[in-house]
Amino acid sequence: MHRMPHTDPPPRRGAGELEAAVLSVLWQAGRALSPGEVQQALTGQAGAPELSYSTVVTILSRLHAKKALGRRRDGRAFRYAPVADEAGLAARRLAAMLDKEPDRQAVLSRFVADLSDSDEALLRRVLADDGGPGGS
Amino acid sequence: MALAVYLPLALPALFAPFAGPLSERLDPRHATWLLTGAAVALAGCSTLALGLLAAAAVVRIPLVASLGHWSLGVLGRDTPAGITVALLAGVLLGAAVLAICGFVIRRCRALAGAFREARWLPGRGQAVVVADEAADAYALPGWPGRIVVTAGMLAALDEPGRAALVAHEQAHLAGFHYLFTTAARLAATASPLLRPVARAVEYTVERWADERAATVVGDRRLVAHTIGRAALAAKAGRPRRAIPAALGAVFSGARVRAHAGAGPVPRRVAALLASPPPRRLVLLAAVLALVALAGICALVAANDLQDLLSLASTHHHP
Repeated sequence: MHRMPHTDPPPRRGAGELEAAVLSVLWQAGRALSPGEVQQALTGQAGAPELSYSTVVTILSRLHAKKALGRRRDGRAFRYAPVADEAGLAARRLAAMLDKEPDRQAVLSRFVADLSDSDEALLRRVLADDGGPGGS
Repeated sequence: MALAVYLPLALPALFAPFAGPLSERLDPRHATWLLTGAAVALAGCSTLALGLLAAAAVVRIPLVASLGHWSLGVLGRDTPAGITVALLAGVLLGAAVLAICGFVIRRCRALAGAFREARWLPGRGQAVVVADEAADAYALPGWPGRIVVTAGMLAALDEPGRAALVAHEQAHLAGFHYLFTTAARLAATASPLLRPVARAVEYTVERWADERAATVVGDRRLVAHTIGRAALAAKAGRPRRAIPAALGAVFSGARVRAHAGAGPVPRRVAALLASPPPRRLVLLAAVLALVALAGICALVAANDLQDLLSLASTHHHP
């Protein structure tokens, strides 16, 4: 899984929502947008949060740091575009979610918990004893 | 009075060691309901008992006593606890209330995040495949809940195995298993002695979903081997994550279930390879009796405090 190193301080509450709003704007645009254009598109959306220019820049650079956005220099500012398709991005977002606080993990019902080394050995013995499908 | 107020505090400690064995021996659906219900009831009773003990200190504050028209002499003579114990109970109660508030906020936020995530996931179908080589799969609570499977997990399983996986995750969503685990964790937050019970519930919901999947695909061994494959594939996909090795020797076959050091995955696989768990009414009845005892004690203690206050009230001379 693509585990992003979290070097910056943990994002404050609601940051995930803002990031999602910004990302959806960039997907819909289908081209690289400047922070100003993103802010404009967000303001036009019904129910979207009112964001200052500097907040939009912060969100964009955070998403860039998480490798969810690519950017290129255009004059004095950067233009941003999504680097991943929807499924790839979903994977990244979910990976980030799993890496967050334990409560977030607790509400997901994971099919298999992490195996310790001794559990792995134990599991292989049990499966081998039983034979049959997947018993190797 | 003293026994009635202290017993509800002791019962969680008495019950906790049995949570693990019960989670292995009972039918998983029964075990989930029973353990969750017992955890919530015992936590409620012990918190009430703490409250009653703390109240004994509060009513002895002269201002409070005069407001309630209670005789300080009677209160000082007949309250269930010395002032030190009552103050200690007050501190513990305060800590429990703070911990509960923190837990509720964190868990609600996490659930809201999961619901949002479930809505945002691409596609309209229940199951979503995400482009990730690491093998992972989970049910995401939501309205409706979604099932997330990585491409790596799909690659690790054959077609019947994928059906078993989806049936397992569907059982989690259909049974609202996150509500059970949340309730049990809440109880363990109020009364930390109940932590083994919360862990047991987190295990029994997995077993519940396993048994449900086995019924749906009609093959317990298939589900067992699918879990095994998935767990091995998931581990192979994240070599850098450090997992402390469980202590103890390696056991094989059904003896895994008796091996305390074994993690949930080998125990789930062993349980599926063994015969289905029988219904054990005696164990169910024993736990229900214990919970009833806690409830009765808490009620008696509350009643005693009420009696004491009315006695103090009749001896009050303004």
